[in-house]
Amino acid sequence: MKKAIHYINQFFAGIGGEDTADYKPEIREGAIGPALALSSMLNAEITHTVICGDNYMGSNTDEAIKEILSFLEDKEFDIFIAGPAFQAGRYGVACGNICKAVKERFNVPVLTSMNEENPGVEMFKKDMYVFKGGKSAAKLKDDVKVIASFANKILNGEKTGSADKEGFFPRGIRAQVWLESGKTGAERGVEMLIKKLNGLPFESELPIPKQDRVPVATPIADLSKAKIAIMTTGGIVPVNNPDRIQSASATRWGRYDISNVDKLESGVYKTIHAGFDPAAADADPNVIMPVDAMKTYLKEGKFGALHDYFYSTVGTGTTQAEAMRMAKEIIIKLEEDKVDAVIMTST
Amino acid sequence: MVKEIERAGIPVVLLCNLIPVATTVGANKIVPTISIPYPLGDPGTSWETQWKLRYHRVGVALDALTDDIEEQKVYKVKI
Repeated sequence: MKKAIHYINQFFAGIGGEDTADYKPEIREGAIGPALALSSMLNAEITHTVICGDNYMGSNTDEAIKEILSFLEDKEFDIFIAGPAFQAGRYGVACGNICKAVKERFNVPVLTSMNEENPGVEMFKKDMYVFKGGKSAAKLKDDVKVIASFANKILNGEKTGSADKEGFFPRGIRAQVWLESGKTGAERGVEMLIKKLNGLPFESELPIPKQDRVPVATPIADLSKAKIAIMTTGGIVPVNNPDRIQSASATRWGRYDISNVDKLESGVYKTIHAGFDPAAADADPNVIMPVDAMKTYLKEGKFGALHDYFYSTVGTGTTQAEAMRMAKEIIIKLEEDKVDAVIMTST
Repeated sequence: MVKEIERAGIPVVLLCNLIPVATTVGANKIVPTISIPYPLGDPGTSWETQWKLRYHRVGVALDALTDDIEEQKVYKVKI
């Protein structure tokens, strides 16, 4: 029989409420609290339960994780389950933290469950299976059932379905599947269009993630003193693509020195973007990365300085998560050189 | 990427063709371009025509960096 280890907080272990939230990590043999419900449905034995106070985990996260990982060093287990945490914020974050650490150290599947309002969802949904849970412990049985049925699939080596089908928050991972219907994208697209025209409900295959607005940054007060950097998602690179940026679903970016050129020459630069006909940009890369116009404005004194490099990646099929990561890496370079503003072109 | 840059407090202007995508995703300052494969210069026109268009739209983008706006704005271009 496969083995599972479960993580719960002091409250669900029956130790106490807020007054005992500083409870230090402990490991006990067997299933306790919610694990009892879980064990009745799980195709695995819950050999141990880890307990930790939410505040202890919140205020001494590194220590708590270290202690818990040390408990687990000599244990054999095939899966690690935490919670459900419902709407309990600290508990949710604790479940996420410990699951992430366990996954990194022991490379076993980690599962947890939280309500959508739990801040742990946004923090950890990309790192692990976070199942969509109820608001309070009244939903314990339902939440545990969803976790158990998915856990059993993993334990039995069965195929698992999409986030929607299985009931966890999308992790931002795209999987290619053969549709049982055998319908092509064209057929499905036309069907959706007909439904839309008839005012009938339809389900997009490309849901746009929830909006996330960013406050407008303080504008440049004096352009003639500003240092500006230029960037593109249009895949303009030196012809040998030295950073081997992918033509689609890019995970890499590059930056290329333009301090000594007046424009991007054809034959020296090209586009590797797979989402459009490259002919125009290969013939004149400035139509995507307007180095020539920027250099002219610089000479005319419209702005103070041009950052020595332009930055490039490919924007087609690239996930938001990858784009965010690449941007963060690039921002470090911009800040090092005290760049004041950015002009970005996309295709 | 534009949003991450702006989140870091660096003013940024996006030159792009798919305005509805840019507005939905949440870019704050947007300057339209003319197409996807050649945002800033139609190869079917003369180099001078392309240059005028590119010089104009990049200029609009540079000016937009200084614009103090409250909410998302798509800038008007003349060429």
